[in-house]
Amino acid sequence: MSDAQTQIPVTVLTGYLGAGKTTLLNRILSENHGKRYAVIVNEFGEIGIDNDLIVESDEEIYEMNNGCVCCTVRGDLIRVVEGLMRRPGRFDAIVVETTGLADPVPVAQTFFMDDDVRTKTKLDAVVALVDAKHLPLRLKDSKEAEDQIAFADVVVLNKTDLVTPEELEKVEATIRAINPAAKIHRTQRSGVALDEVLDRGAFDLSRALENDPHFLEAHDHDHDHECGPDCDHDHHHHDGHDHHHHHASDIHDVTVKSVSLRGGEMDPKKFFPWIEKVTQMEGPNILRLKGIIALKGDEDRYVLQGVHMILEGDHQRAWKDGEKHESRLVFIGRDLDAERLRKSFEACQAA
Amino acid sequence: MPTVAPLDLEGHCVAAVFLNDVPHFALADGAIHRLDNGQKTVQANDGLLAAFHDSANDRLITGGEDGKVFAVKAGGEVNELASAGKKWITSVAAGPQGAIAYASGKTAFVRFADGKTKEFTHPRSVEGLAFSPKGMRFAAARYNGATLHFPAAEGKPVELEWAGAHTGITFSPDGAFLITTMQENALHGWKLVDGKHMRMSGYPGKVKSLSWSVKGKWLASSGAPAAIVWPFQAKDGPMGKAPLELGTRGNTMVTCVACHPSQDVVAIGYEDGMVIAARFADAKEVLLRRPGKGAITSMMWDKEERRIVFGSAAGDCGVIDITA
Repeated sequence: MSDAQTQIPVTVLTGYLGAGKTTLLNRILSENHGKRYAVIVNEFGEIGIDNDLIVESDEEIYEMNNGCVCCTVRGDLIRVVEGLMRRPGRFDAIVVETTGLADPVPVAQTFFMDDDVRTKTKLDAVVALVDAKHLPLRLKDSKEAEDQIAFADVVVLNKTDLVTPEELEKVEATIRAINPAAKIHRTQRSGVALDEVLDRGAFDLSRALENDPHFLEAHDHDHDHECGPDCDHDHHHHDGHDHHHHHASDIHDVTVKSVSLRGGEMDPKKFFPWIEKVTQMEGPNILRLKGIIALKGDEDRYVLQGVHMILEGDHQRAWKDGEKHESRLVFIGRDLDAERLRKSFEACQAA
Repeated sequence: MPTVAPLDLEGHCVAAVFLNDVPHFALADGAIHRLDNGQKTVQANDGLLAAFHDSANDRLITGGEDGKVFAVKAGGEVNELASAGKKWITSVAAGPQGAIAYASGKTAFVRFADGKTKEFTHPRSVEGLAFSPKGMRFAAARYNGATLHFPAAEGKPVELEWAGAHTGITFSPDGAFLITTMQENALHGWKLVDGKHMRMSGYPGKVKSLSWSVKGKWLASSGAPAAIVWPFQAKDGPMGKAPLELGTRGNTMVTCVACHPSQDVVAIGYEDGMVIAARFADAKEVLLRRPGKGAITSMMWDKEERRIVFGSAAGDCGVIDITA
């Protein structure tokens, strides 16, 4: 059958005009990395390379007719991906460049909600390019800039040569405040190693949380969790950046926040109905969620990830000897009631 | 027993048609192969995305990644009809008096037989195109409905609204109904005389193939484990009526349907490459081709109603002779 072919990985590139997307795309298209990329752009614009596999496409956001406002897909991508995949031998991977103001959510959801696209391709990672100099301004005047960071798996903090070390620290702290789970690379002229942005497997449940030790481990200093006197988790400091409890940055009033939850072994009979309910009720407010869950009586780690109301989970691998059976879950979104999430999450723990 | 003359090609077959009774296969790479005393090949688009069989002029209209529109005729004649820049041509259609239509992004173009072209720009992308069988009128499928244009006259288009993304479009042979395929697993229809809506849902998959039976009495569709065939004999179409389900299989989906030119019979192609024919009256089935390598993407009956040409997503194409 035709579906036996392997799924082609898709990288989504977001970022404001001038953040360095074109520079990065030109590198992806011209550097000698042994792979061929098809690139979907909104305008041919400044890509100076003549390549049959650069496809121009008009952003078409389609709301699904199921009454859910957050169930949106990019109709143009469905068509272009379908066309490209009829001749799959021409390229190894696809890069989707979005416009500066684009909402990354419909782009990502296309790869989960459309059956044809889902069988032929898989979302690899969402990469946000950020201009170190202009980010503070962008965050002030647009929700999209914040969404792009909140939604990213990888943030390329570009043009670091245009700011002072202090400014850079501040900008990076702001990014961390919006998205504690993303990997951040500081660069000049989009000079990030291409293997840090391509073939990341960020949406691959078996890899997602494995190649990202930063996620969950290093960010116990979440911005909403208030430690009580009997809180027994480690309060270790690391990485040299400051704890910004509740006030992550003075650059910007962060409207996106993350809620990091941590607990012991979960009762599957309580946990699954809970997470389903949370994603159903809070779906519109949740941009991303990621988690590693220890289920009572289960020898495997259970990994979870979600986009709005879409939730995917699977057994990942066996717990290693001596590994602490701990559950960790991060929500990134707006208007999330951290206290309620924490209490209800903890109530799912096995007795 | 039906016999199959196979033709193994490299790549996805977009359209399999008869031109002057010769089987032609248009592949996604733009090569047009034909079985005309041996296999012969000509090149149309550099990357072929859409094709429409223009039966009145016995030609295949193609659009592609190169932003061009070609007309392919029997005997290997390929003519460029239009070019719309660097953007993909994603939909093509042929209409009366030698007119064709093609779409690129938000613009639909009509090219008349004399070579004159008219542009119709829409607020959203044009997803599908179809000409009405009567008069110079064409329809564009778009987000939240369809737009009817009258390219030979000035004046405002007619907007037909229905929430959701409409991806493909067809008029009934008598011009009374306009039917769209949707991004969701459903068809939508309008009775054009009064704008009445028809909702045809319940498909487990997207509907990608539609075929009207003789005189438009039935509309066959893919998108389910059976061919779903809606009755259109009544003046309000299929509303309040159940469709026929023909050729039901438990382990695969129907990907292509092609109604017989004169009888109430439909050729049904499946995801696994099998092809059968089923009769509307008694749902009797005949196996025409065993499963192959790829999903059936295109089929057409010949004028003598003796052969069916078929194409697949994996390139294992061929011609079925049902009388042999």
